Amino acid sequence: EVISVKPVDAEKKRTLSPYVTGNSVLAIKYKGGVLMACDMLGAYGSTKRYKNVQRVFKVNETTIVGASGEISDFQYISNLLEELTTQDFCYDDGCTLTPKEIHAYLCRVLYNRRNKMDPLWNSLVVAGVDPLRGESFIGSVGMLGTSYTDSHVATSFGNYLSRPLFREFQRDDMSLEEAVSLMQEALRVLFYRDKTSINKYILAKVEKEEGVAISK
Amino acid sequence: MFRNQYDTDVVTWSPQGRIFQVEYAMEAVKQGSVAVGLKNDSFAVIATLKRAPSELSSYQRKIFKIDDHLGIAISGLTADGRILCRYMRNECLNHRYVYESAMPVGRLVRQVADKAQVGTQRSWKRPYGVGLMSAGYDEKSGAHVYYNCPSGNFYEYKAFAMGSRSQAAKTYMERRGIGGGGERDAMTM
Repeated sequence: EVISVKPVDAEKKRTLSPYVTGNSVLAIKYKGGVLMACDMLGAYGSTKRYKNVQRVFKVNETTIVGASGEISDFQYISNLLEELTTQDFCYDDGCTLTPKEIHAYLCRVLYNRRNKMDPLWNSLVVAGVDPLRGESFIGSVGMLGTSYTDSHVATSFGNYLSRPLFREFQRDDMSLEEAVSLMQEALRVLFYRDKTSINKYILAKVEKEEGVAISK
Repeated sequence: MFRNQYDTDVVTWSPQGRIFQVEYAMEAVKQGSVAVGLKNDSFAVIATLKRAPSELSSYQRKIFKIDDHLGIAISGLTADGRILCRYMRNECLNHRYVYESAMPVGRLVRQVADKAQVGTQRSWKRPYGVGLMSAGYDEKSGAHVYYNCPSGNFYEYKAFAMGSRSQAAKTYMERRGIGGGGERDAMTM
């Protein structure tokens, strides 16, 4: 007879299902840098509960991270990233984390949590411009730890609805205006077809010289 | 330095504000065989003189590769040096695994210095008896040469020499004026 002993609150400490969730995040490269967009909804199941949620986090002058999925887990991740940035600041040696490094770091964090069967219920998009080489970077990390980089990325419903548009129209040498209008087209499709979405959205861009800009 | 009543352990100060055990550790570095390092904007070079304990034995290795972008030369207690080398390799590996990029040399050197400082402030420990010269290249900031002291301090140098008879090398480099040299300069030393 086998008796397994678990601490009483072991089950309560694992994420079993997400509660307040964010919708798709879209990101594309264009000529001067990268563009990221997402709506501002924090849904509670089917209810459109929180309509002013910032799902894009500015890590440093060269990188932004957007998240879909559980908002509280994203807040935790934002905290971790802020700790990294503060560490960089305290070193005071001019070295800051590049988008690629942040992407690799988040891959490891998410994969390790999945291995503990306690995932951070997010699909993250890391976007930015490498300050040294001026190369744009867009990467994605899922809650299972799957990660990849590409010229255009989308999470959640955006994968099905927006990526076909990106595949057709996105080019690495698009102008900002073209990129913005492509993004707005993608967002419009999502608003029409995704039931938990609202028509309020933010655009965030990262460019080599001007750094990060997030619209209101 | 003469033997006195304040040098028994590392947790005792002398009335002049010195910790003799730490200074004795630095003395061990001065007795080790010489190592020289210098850099320019894109190269950092280190060179050491290998010593053999006896005529029949092989020469002791004093330069270690920490990572693709970083190497060290040690002077003093080589056993201590190998421990620090292992620590540095481990830290660099972990950094590469998590961030998929090379560890900034300055940060690793700072971590080694903090590790060395621990040995100067615990009654059950002793300072590392080895001077560490690191030569590395950061993509973000170029080439660097650092020197790690048993005292827990670290310094950045354009050119440096440590170990016995290193003063000659230092004077030569000062007089010559380091700045535009490349690999050839270190060979000449």
